[in-house]
Amino acid sequence: MASSEEDGTVEEKENNNKKRTKSTLATAWLTFYNIAMTAGWLVLAMAMTRFYIQKGTHKGLYRSIARTLKFFQTFALVEVGHCAIGIVRTSVIVTGVQVCSRIFMVWFITNSIRQIQSEESVILFLVVWTVTEITRYSYYTFKLLNHLPYFIKWARYNLFIVLYPVGVVGELLTIYAALPFVRRSGMYSMRLPNKYNVSFDYYYCLIIVMLSYIPLFPQLYFHMLRQRRRMLHGEVIVEKDD
Amino acid sequence: MDALALEATGNKRVANGAVVPAPLPVQAQSKRKPAKKTKKAVVFFEVEILDAKTKDKLCFLDKVEPNATIGEIKSMFHKSHPQWYPARQSIRLDPKGKSLKDEDVLQHLPVGTTATFYFRDLGAQISWVTVFLTEYTGPLVIYLLFYFRVPFIYPPKYDFTTSKHWVVHLACMCHSFHYVKRLLETLFVHRFSHGTMPLRNIFKNCTYYWGFAAWMAYYINHPLYTPPIYGEQQIRIALIIFLFCQIGNFSIHIALRNLRPPGSKTRKIPYPTKNPFTWIFLLVSCPNYTYELGSWLGFTLMTQCLPVAFFTLVGFIQMTVWAKGKHRSYLKEFRDYPPLRSPILPFIL
Repeated sequence: MASSEEDGTVEEKENNNKKRTKSTLATAWLTFYNIAMTAGWLVLAMAMTRFYIQKGTHKGLYRSIARTLKFFQTFALVEVGHCAIGIVRTSVIVTGVQVCSRIFMVWFITNSIRQIQSEESVILFLVVWTVTEITRYSYYTFKLLNHLPYFIKWARYNLFIVLYPVGVVGELLTIYAALPFVRRSGMYSMRLPNKYNVSFDYYYCLIIVMLSYIPLFPQLYFHMLRQRRRMLHGEVIVEKDD
Repeated sequence: MDALALEATGNKRVANGAVVPAPLPVQAQSKRKPAKKTKKAVVFFEVEILDAKTKDKLCFLDKVEPNATIGEIKSMFHKSHPQWYPARQSIRLDPKGKSLKDEDVLQHLPVGTTATFYFRDLGAQISWVTVFLTEYTGPLVIYLLFYFRVPFIYPPKYDFTTSKHWVVHLACMCHSFHYVKRLLETLFVHRFSHGTMPLRNIFKNCTYYWGFAAWMAYYINHPLYTPPIYGEQQIRIALIIFLFCQIGNFSIHIALRNLRPPGSKTRKIPYPTKNPFTWIFLLVSCPNYTYELGSWLGFTLMTQCLPVAFFTLVGFIQMTVWAKGKHRSYLKEFRDYPPLRSPILPFIL
């Protein structure tokens, strides 16, 4: 699941309810981190745009930005650490799942299956991710600097309405395109007999991953819609208590 | 005068109908007190129950006895709202506070004579016994389906065949014994603190137990199963560990049962008994989990199967969480709790 839209909203709720004295070190680090990530994804956006303008095609685009993408997307693992030590008030599990799904797409699909790197669906989700991440990280940056322009807030809570489904489509199409190559090569798979008495078929694993989008995507999407209503229109939503 | 006469004849039979002045104190102006066996005046409580979220008044009970328990109040509430049976009611003094216990007595709570309680619906409930029986019967049956190589699991040429490795038969016996033991303990040994749990738990728990059972059983009973590397030696040691821990686990369950009189929910510190398997109480708060971990480590060693190791690991993580919680509540409840004890692993965890 590509989107990481819901992260900061819990943070906002906490800030509205009580004064949290965050250490200056934590604030400084987070500000630096968010500026760095915004810059990183801006670099990616510019590199992608420049490639397309110069070459006129998307073939080979992924290869040209692969290193930068891998670096910045993998570095996002740090955000799980932020939640774990408490300097960001979001659930570790939620952040973990979001970052892991991105890592999965980058390292276990696009990076390891060369043949699908020139697929259009790859460009589709890359564009979505880039726009989403630039918006998200700049939102956090401005929030930390206590100067949030309305258009950033607007972008963060409105663009996802289109970007999220489009990103999901891009990811699913990419995984689907990868299936025949996975089956043929038998990659990441283990067959019987072996001394651990276990087997793993990456092909069926990917099919299960694709199917898991069906229950997960609507839940996340509607959760974000609820957050949007709250943040932009101040509606009080009575959440269902567990 | 007439009033006195009425009261007098109420208490004493008069043969000729003449008024006999009754040796009662003058009570002509007394209020109509209900006839009670207690000598003191009984002050009835009034109870109002509000919804914890919306603060709506859901129920008003008057003439509630001061020694009424929360459990009895729940039954009364149930009468006016039949869809909320007592097991799914959470009654509390504060909307965000902890639930009151069924045994709590009304007059011992920090309330005035008009008590205000907040109600939360816990959702549909199911009894612990039902959940345990269902979640343990599944693995028992499922494993056997794989053991007997029922059709549509393995390639058709293997249908209804048996494995040529004797460790596979042994593993089936151990696995089945383990779940039969659990079923019998649920029926005859355990004394549950809570009657019910939320209904959705049965789906969660059954998915966990049944899913893992199927995953393990598939590989252990597979035609291409590879027996343990160190052969008979490994299997023998594993079996000894398994049996030792099964007996240990059972001993702990019996010891815990004996702490509690039938039908009660009392909590006491468990101590070692004459049974050597309970001496581990000196070092551990929840030795039932320790022995359970040991049993599954034994089974992992016996089958040398990665899914079994995975199941053991996940179970260990969950049991550690439970053990730490139990250990913490022991420490909170008992001042003199033995300091040497660890939650689940002696000196380590």
